[in-house]
Amino acid sequence: MPKLTIDGVEVEVENGITVLQACEEANADVPRFCYHERLSIAGNCRMCLVEIEKSPKPVASCAMPAADGMVVHTKTPSVKRAREGVMEFLLINHPLDCPICDQGGECDLQDQAMAFGVDTSRFDENKRAVEDKEMGPLVKTIMTRCIHCTRCVRFAQEVAGVPEIGAIGRGEDMEITTYLEKSLTSELSGNVIDLCPVGALTSKPYAFTARPWELRKTESIDVMDAVGSAIRVDARGKEVMRVMPRLNEDVNEEWISDKTRFIWDGLRSQRLDQPYVRENGKLRAASWNEAFDAIAEKVTSTTPDKMAAIAGDLACVEGMSALRDLMTSLGVANLDCRQDGTKLNSGDRASYLFNSSIAGIEDADALLIIGSNPRTEAPVLNARIRKRWSNGGFPVGIVGENVDLTFDTEHLGAGGQTLKEIADGSHPFARILEVAERPMIILGQGALSRADGAAVHATALQIAEKAGAISADWNGFNVLHTSAARVGGLDLGFVPGEGGKDVSGILDAASTGDVEFVFLLGADEIDTSKLENPFVVYQGTHGDAGAHVADVILPGAAYTEKSALWVNTEGRVQMGRRAAFPPGDAREDWSILRALSDVLGQTLPFDSLQQLRAGLFEAHPHFAQLDTVSTASSVTSGPGGAMDDTPFANAVTDFYFTNPIARASKIMADCAATYGNKEAGATGTNG
Amino acid sequence: MLQDKDRIFTNLYGLDDYGLEGARRRGDWDNTKDIIAKGRDWIIDEMKQSGLRGRGGAGFPTGLKWSFMPKESDGRPHYLVVNADESEPGTCKDREILRHDPHKLVEGCLLAGFAMGANAGYIYVRGEFIFEREQLQRAVDQAYDAGLLGKNAADSGWDFELFVVHGAGAYICGEETALIESMEGKKGMPRLKPPFPANVGLYGAPTTVNNVESIAVAPTILRRGAAWFGGLGRPNNTGTKVFSISGHVNNPCNVEEEMGIPMRELIDKHCGGVRGGWDNLLAVIPGGASVPLLPKSICDTVLMDFDSLKEVQSGLGTAAVVVMDKSTDVIKAIARLSAFYKHESCGQCTPCREGTGWMWRVMERLVTGEAEVEEIEMLLDVTKRVEGHTICALGDAAAWPVQGLIRHFRPVIEERIATRKSGGAAPVAAE
Repeated sequence: MPKLTIDGVEVEVENGITVLQACEEANADVPRFCYHERLSIAGNCRMCLVEIEKSPKPVASCAMPAADGMVVHTKTPSVKRAREGVMEFLLINHPLDCPICDQGGECDLQDQAMAFGVDTSRFDENKRAVEDKEMGPLVKTIMTRCIHCTRCVRFAQEVAGVPEIGAIGRGEDMEITTYLEKSLTSELSGNVIDLCPVGALTSKPYAFTARPWELRKTESIDVMDAVGSAIRVDARGKEVMRVMPRLNEDVNEEWISDKTRFIWDGLRSQRLDQPYVRENGKLRAASWNEAFDAIAEKVTSTTPDKMAAIAGDLACVEGMSALRDLMTSLGVANLDCRQDGTKLNSGDRASYLFNSSIAGIEDADALLIIGSNPRTEAPVLNARIRKRWSNGGFPVGIVGENVDLTFDTEHLGAGGQTLKEIADGSHPFARILEVAERPMIILGQGALSRADGAAVHATALQIAEKAGAISADWNGFNVLHTSAARVGGLDLGFVPGEGGKDVSGILDAASTGDVEFVFLLGADEIDTSKLENPFVVYQGTHGDAGAHVADVILPGAAYTEKSALWVNTEGRVQMGRRAAFPPGDAREDWSILRALSDVLGQTLPFDSLQQLRAGLFEAHPHFAQLDTVSTASSVTSGPGGAMDDTPFANAVTDFYFTNPIARASKIMADCAATYGNKEAGATGTNG
Repeated sequence: MLQDKDRIFTNLYGLDDYGLEGARRRGDWDNTKDIIAKGRDWIIDEMKQSGLRGRGGAGFPTGLKWSFMPKESDGRPHYLVVNADESEPGTCKDREILRHDPHKLVEGCLLAGFAMGANAGYIYVRGEFIFEREQLQRAVDQAYDAGLLGKNAADSGWDFELFVVHGAGAYICGEETALIESMEGKKGMPRLKPPFPANVGLYGAPTTVNNVESIAVAPTILRRGAAWFGGLGRPNNTGTKVFSISGHVNNPCNVEEEMGIPMRELIDKHCGGVRGGWDNLLAVIPGGASVPLLPKSICDTVLMDFDSLKEVQSGLGTAAVVVMDKSTDVIKAIARLSAFYKHESCGQCTPCREGTGWMWRVMERLVTGEAEVEEIEMLLDVTKRVEGHTICALGDAAAWPVQGLIRHFRPVIEERIATRKSGGAAPVAAE
């Protein structure tokens, strides 16, 4: 524990930290541009120069290890001069185009120029102009503004794992660019926008739409995947203008995926903003009462065993809870929240959670991935795996599709046969898991949503137990979900009741006429062609697959438009907050269901969200424990059965189109066109 | 004046055979085994005693540098790297060693490698040095064939492999950590220090980077003894040194001389004097492009060694003496150097990346007088803001020549500006 004197204040700091970090602990303000806690140290901006006694020259504090007995000065005239000098150098070739720069108002260079710079310029020469680089549909470049801090270069290389940004040229001709000006082939590319301390890399879709001081900032939770990244939703008036990441060390650190960040234009198009009723084969706008009456008419004439409800991937806990209560009160047992047909069951939470937690990945020392591509199913979580891998000593084996996860992996096999071999110890990777002290297994929906999903689950658990992955202080058995609603739904027990049908059962019965009434709560990722015959109620946000087959449409609020709970893949209960109001007549899910229940004569026992939550917390106390995860020391699995040997196919085939909001987003469509499956249909000259 | 018996580089002019046979005739590879038998500590101690200061420009004591290498390996190999990326304008001493006396370097590598526990050495040759690289490679091959390198090198019991690698012609790769980056196949950009190469160097292993001349003189020092070398020159500035004298002298040359020789004697004795006589001298850059120039008044008396030149706010650098007579447009000469540093800045850190271009542009205007008198002071201030604030010494190197110019030739600059303002044509000097 070295002791330093910083500006006359003695501080004792941890071993191995830098002078800059020590200065932070001593509350000495040190400006910086290139330094970033989560990236390697570059030491190139020279803004953080401080004076250290016995050192002949000013020292870059970001790169200097704190040592015992150091006497550091951050406020002397020579330090001030050095900072002013560096500031002047940064500004001489920086265009003073702040009034037309999207970074204006949230620009490190602007802020620090105010704090540490001087107010005049001595530079009489022509300023440098740099050609802008094409970086795809998400990142806009104005490279003349670049101050060469190389944060983007280091991010691409270290965090995203795609070493595709670099600097070409030397000296003042140095330019940051991507390889051949292609867009970054990463699902995390948008993060370079946040990292850029100036307006060189800005958001292309957001360009020139708003100023930071006009925005109302709401801290919320992302629902694009099951990670539950912490986000900040910036809205102006009734429109969401952009989505930014928020710090949550346990979940997303400070990164978010491109889908999370750029989904917002999907919130504006294809929205269901009023109820619709199908008449003579055509949907027509209707009032809430008309819509409810139409539903009531069908419900009263249908027996409960011919009714069913399916909850979609973005549904919140409150909405699912209200729908389940309503359906149960009607005597309906055909409920399911598992659109993809995953064979996970309610009951033992540990059997369907990401038990070791996302932060726990950093403690693991071997990993087996089964039927999953974390890079597309949970990009931020994949970055965490990469972070662990970068520290070394982390063998990663994949059973399933051999995908590029941005780090070294060993492809062990494609399907059940390999899994069996690992389970019985005949595969060499079994040994690696056994030797590991904290082995980890990630089980993806690609393997679980097949007919033999239960067998895969049982076998994976068997592997975990054999490898000693489940003990009192470590649980390495992890299920990676792809949908934000799934864990909450399983927690609630939004699964078939006694004698009830699951999703495939409901759909099959619907096509044969055995089910006549289907309630879809934002469920679009199902085979809607089987829903031509029954009476379908679609409650949701977008005119997507579900709405097309609906007989009654009830417009709901999207995730940015309501206060609601979601449970992420770790079992972490998190609350999203309302950043904007739903469009038109759309309402929050719980209030629609409450009103509908009244019409159906089964009035739900709450009049407000608070009352709903009170009841929910009473029935399921863990929903009240926000932002916590609990580690179970045992995991159970149902009877397995036989596995067939068809290769596991990953759950997410098109990263940019996984939910109705994404499918309504033009930005996501642009991304898909840029990054999507290039081989399919490409002629080689169509680029 | 250095006596012939005290010369180390006896084939500096290539009059004799460069190869192994010639080298042996000149005393190289003579009982190398016996020197190694005296042990690591003896070698390092002897180098320290000799007072040899690094010949690459900074003048850091060589023996001390060798002693920084870990005594015991922690499992990582140790590496010796020789910096033959001689790119400083005016400097051409290593070139002659590589061409005509490469075995001195090869033998020095073995001894230095042994002294620092390195079983492998790399010589990083400047990209433009094609012939020199081939010549050096031939010398290395000869040494291998004669069993002087490789397993049990020179029958000493020490295994030593030596590799010749070459750069791509970037000045910055002469900076030791940029050189290491370049050798690792990366862009030549200096690393942050600490950690120093002796701790984390080439491929993360302890590494010492030495100049060609520093290594090449080592065998002779060890053979003839530290006392002999230390007896030449002045205290703290001992031994002999190869000077490269270029510019407006009658006979530009490389010459090995004793440290501390008066500049005037060096120029008059070895170069046939300044073109047009000593009184026609305008200024001298005494140590390669990166050190401040000296006006004639200082050149009259100054001694050529580290401390004497430091006293007059310049430096010995690589001992590349660039002589300028009165026909020189001294502003233009320094502006050319500024252009060089602007071109060779790697672009990594802010003061150098932005400052070198700024300094060059102002210098170009000072050449024509298209400036305000206040800008001289501003330029001086800019150089001070580059100096000492960069990752490596290139920032200092770019600042010093300009500082030297303003220090000694401010009236000339002011006059140029005044002439321009009064409508007179700026004097254009002969090149």
